[in-house]
Amino acid sequence: MIETTPVGPVTAGTLFDANFLLVDVPFEQGYIESIIRVSLLVSLTAVILSTLVGLPVALAVGFTEFPGKRLVVALINTGMGLPSVVVGLLVLFGVSNQGPLGSLDLVFTREAMIISQFVLATPVVTGVSLAAVTEIEDGVRDAAYVMGGTRLDVALVTISEARAGIVTAVLAGLGRAISEVGSVLIVGGNIVRADGTSVTRTLTTAIQLEARQGRFEIALLLGGVLIALVLVINGIVLRIGGRRY
Amino acid sequence: MSIQRRGFLTGVSITAVSVAGCLGSRAADSPSDLGELTVGVTTSTYDSGLLDALHSAFESTYGVTIRAVAGGTGETLARGERGDVDVVMAHARSLEDEFIQSGHGVNRRDFAYGDFVIAGPPDDPAGIAAVDTASEAFSRIAATESTFLSRGDNSGTHVQERAIWDDSEASPAGEWYTEAGLGMGETLIQANQRGAYLITVRGNYIDLRDRLDLDIFVEGPVTGGDPALDNPYGVIVVNPARHDVDYEIAMLYVGFLTGTEGQTIIEEYTIDGQQVFYPNGLSKDPNFDQYTPSDES
Repeated sequence: MIETTPVGPVTAGTLFDANFLLVDVPFEQGYIESIIRVSLLVSLTAVILSTLVGLPVALAVGFTEFPGKRLVVALINTGMGLPSVVVGLLVLFGVSNQGPLGSLDLVFTREAMIISQFVLATPVVTGVSLAAVTEIEDGVRDAAYVMGGTRLDVALVTISEARAGIVTAVLAGLGRAISEVGSVLIVGGNIVRADGTSVTRTLTTAIQLEARQGRFEIALLLGGVLIALVLVINGIVLRIGGRRY
Repeated sequence: MSIQRRGFLTGVSITAVSVAGCLGSRAADSPSDLGELTVGVTTSTYDSGLLDALHSAFESTYGVTIRAVAGGTGETLARGERGDVDVVMAHARSLEDEFIQSGHGVNRRDFAYGDFVIAGPPDDPAGIAAVDTASEAFSRIAATESTFLSRGDNSGTHVQERAIWDDSEASPAGEWYTEAGLGMGETLIQANQRGAYLITVRGNYIDLRDRLDLDIFVEGPVTGGDPALDNPYGVIVVNPARHDVDYEIAMLYVGFLTGTEGQTIIEEYTIDGQQVFYPNGLSKDPNFDQYTPSDES
């Protein structure tokens, strides 16, 4: 980032010009790779944790009837719309040196970013999984019970039947996590070491930084990288878990 | 179906293992044993690339890894107040004085200065090309109700802007006065698109001038213009009695910044062939003001 090469203004022409992608991007070697690595590390970890928490919750809520269930479902669905900046601020106050977790020294670390993305992605994974599980007809569950299945067997059959929906839930959670900029910027601090390797900079915060400096075409280029990355992950996950597509 | 499930689980566990592998490598990310220093910095020094030059030299000399967190001055001082950074860099003396008077920081030093300029659309609807001072220019902009774009984010630039409005006795109110709530680069681009006047750090203007249709109408002190557009940068260590600050390394950083090596890097740093930061950490003459709250506040 020391040597910045001026790039002409973006017009509709340059955007579709093949030369556009050959723009001499003013980054040090390994910079983009390192921000991609941080993006993946943070968002995948967050989503795996969200799935480990969200899926059991979705199954528990989906399988049982209890007073206040509608309220719980409403809360989960509301959580899907949590503004990422608000979550970022709440996590910041938690991990800040004066916050309750201050002694853990988590502020401006990837761990703090994982926490905030976990908070953002969990309601999405839970809510979409819950919808998928609820869709499975009672008949399927009853049949499993009748055949002598335990609660666990019934859960496994339901997961298996709802598999496509659950994969969608995980991908929706990942989409929520990897595309958000508000919370990781606040709790991560968008830090890059002086040698140009990312500590807490993700693709989204890098895009924000380029935009702040008025380098919109490079911001767009990074946006393209992010979209391509999400596309590849979607392809992989669908191949592993959702052969119905 | 069970085969498919196994496939899914294998996929999850491979991802988990590879992610865990990445997490484990965190320790290996730190090239030094001497520790890390978290510095809250202003966006203008960060975006210009000056800090990359300073920090690489500091890291290679002392083997301390610097984590620079960029933000407006108001945001940066708030980070210092919470103890989330060890050192703060700022360019709004009134806020810095408040910070020290409340006991959040110690050992303030000047290390560089630049200046602000007032820029606007080339046709100059407010006619400020004819005036010499920032406050007079602001008065004319207000009197002609020409579009003005403020940072509106409590950054050093925004604080400076408000101080000039106070001097001008004009009031920044009305439909012509708008706040961007954005960084300097984005604010310049927006002012360009809307044909608005603004006060900007000179370095950011130079960085983007190729694509801006904005002219400078009131120069700052660097080119002999209005001293009210002075833009001094200070560095303050967060109070080690209040927070867990690595005080010795923090002072090493301040020493580097205000010492010969750091000052030389600042002197030699240019944007687009033009110097925009001027070192003032070394001085034979007394510079007592840098340590204590200035008389004006």
